[in-house]
Amino acid sequence: MTFLSYLISGISLGSVYAIIALGYTMVYGIAKMLNFAHGDVIMVGAYISFCATSYLGLSPLVSVVLAILVCTVLGIVIERLAYKPLRQAPALAVLITAIGVSYFLQNAALLIWKSDPKTFSAVAGGSIKLFGGELTISAVTIVTVVSCIVIMVGLTLFTGHTKMGTAMRAVSEDKGAAQLMGINVNTTISVTFAIGSGLAAIAGVLLCSAYPTLMPTTGSMPGIKAFTAAVFGGIGSIPGAMLGGILLGVIEIFSKAYISTQLSDAIVFAVLIVVLLVKPDGLLGKHVSEKV
Amino acid sequence: MKKTKNLLTAGRRDYLISFGIVILAFAVVQTMILTGNITSSLKGQLVPICAYIVMAVSLNLTVGILGELSLGHAGFMSVGAFAGIVVTTSLADVIPFAPLRLALAMIVGGLLAAVAGVIIGVPVLRLKGDYLAIVTLAFGEIIKNIVNVLYIGRDAKGLHVSLLEPKFELAEGGKMIINGPMGVSGVAKLSTFTSGFVLILITLFLVLNLIHSRTGRAIMSVRDNSIAAESVGISVTRYKLLAFVISAAFAGMAGTLYAMNFSTVTAAKFDFNTSILVLVFVVLGGLGNIWGSIIAATLLTVLPELLRAVRDYRMLIYAILLIAMMLFNNSKLKVRLMEKRAAKRDSKLNKEAD
Repeated sequence: MTFLSYLISGISLGSVYAIIALGYTMVYGIAKMLNFAHGDVIMVGAYISFCATSYLGLSPLVSVVLAILVCTVLGIVIERLAYKPLRQAPALAVLITAIGVSYFLQNAALLIWKSDPKTFSAVAGGSIKLFGGELTISAVTIVTVVSCIVIMVGLTLFTGHTKMGTAMRAVSEDKGAAQLMGINVNTTISVTFAIGSGLAAIAGVLLCSAYPTLMPTTGSMPGIKAFTAAVFGGIGSIPGAMLGGILLGVIEIFSKAYISTQLSDAIVFAVLIVVLLVKPDGLLGKHVSEKV
Repeated sequence: MKKTKNLLTAGRRDYLISFGIVILAFAVVQTMILTGNITSSLKGQLVPICAYIVMAVSLNLTVGILGELSLGHAGFMSVGAFAGIVVTTSLADVIPFAPLRLALAMIVGGLLAAVAGVIIGVPVLRLKGDYLAIVTLAFGEIIKNIVNVLYIGRDAKGLHVSLLEPKFELAEGGKMIINGPMGVSGVAKLSTFTSGFVLILITLFLVLNLIHSRTGRAIMSVRDNSIAAESVGISVTRYKLLAFVISAAFAGMAGTLYAMNFSTVTAAKFDFNTSILVLVFVVLGGLGNIWGSIIAATLLTVLPELLRAVRDYRMLIYAILLIAMMLFNNSKLKVRLMEKRAAKRDSKLNKEAD
């Protein structure tokens, strides 16, 4: 039974990673950039939700909606101001700018909300007891897993069946050709950032509901891990991000439970390395053969 | 013939500028110290600046010359730092002369980091682009995690090493050197500004010679077009690994220098953020531009100190400056300025020719 409860908490943590990884993967697929500031958007989302519930006394659901709105706008603003002027620049220049944005968000949060950790109250309370009380599943876990599935299905339908989704796939395939077909590349990229950042807000609220300490650096480690998860599943692939995220969460919780708490991160990263050596394009990534 | 001559002069200019900057800076700072015109906070930054310069130059070898993005450079720094500490503490009684002990520690630190470079490089360099970057990140985190649970103690019987928890009993008079997540405390501060200066000179000499040698050109050909390089008989794997391992070795030495400047050192100091910091130096200084790395490393390490007056806002300003610099570097404005300068130089050359 303990195995099952570890598995469930692994899936729950993995779902959060998966939601963050979806944001990474979508932005990477379209803008071909590693958005290092993504982890810090998570933190901003969590703080907005925290302020809305604690200071304004809004209900958790309203606070989540507010966080999503703020993060979506933030994502679009960041993209317009910092990344758009660098569309033609080398990939490394964009990477460093993203790091600059990440520093900026962390330090702005430090100034606004100070460094002392805030205690986040979960968006959903209560728990369900199964098997005569032997297995407890908290409401947060259920909300996390359900929202992860909903987001995943929603995104798949969105990219597969809507006009904007088709445009996104076209831009990620070939920017120039997409433009020739009458697709507004800039709008498409902005929408991608908006969706990614909105997802980050949800992830932030869910993450802090499960692990309630909120600090300006809260987002960075989950950000790095989710990024790893996106690579794990094959970066650019939506089901890959989902699979990578959940696997990563399960591996992390299992190694914490059965091997060593201190070495759990090392184990997670070691698994990533092994997977990439065997499958260099990630679990579900497309292999692109090199043209000479 | 004309082309090779240009190459040679480009090489000579690199040497002149790089060594010129470093020696001039050393002379200026030494005069400042002698005349007492230096703030204590800046004085405390001198050795870290030297270490960061070596880090930036060595990372430039991987990112700028070899063309592979590495996000785990601080891992090698960590290996060098802790290896160096073990060496200096163990040899404290055998070699009383501090500079010699430091040099020996740097050599051991560099060698161990090179070994780590081989272990990491062999699997990593099979991957490409962003996948390679994420695996170097992963290795950096793994090194940090392992050092975090490493316990090394020393007594009359020799060194004792264990992972996860101290599984050994130290005999009377024994001393714990590395104490897991607590790291190392009570390190003898052996690093001096002069030793940092010497390390920079050695690094510059070796790296610049490497870049402008046949081997260096082979490495750059791998960066520019690995398939073309392979088709003219250059072993891509060999040169990739060579550049990566040399880069790791220098990072190890920089780590030793850095660690010997603080009385307490923990594994957490050499994390992802440190790797990123050094990468920022390299990119801002210009990929493949060695003296650019030196200037960027110095300025960006001093910058937070200079912004001390605005205290709370300094890291915020640092972030804004970083973004602004990257935007300016890739803006149309800069292209126009460069064109203007080039036109001026051309007209001057034409005048001289007349």
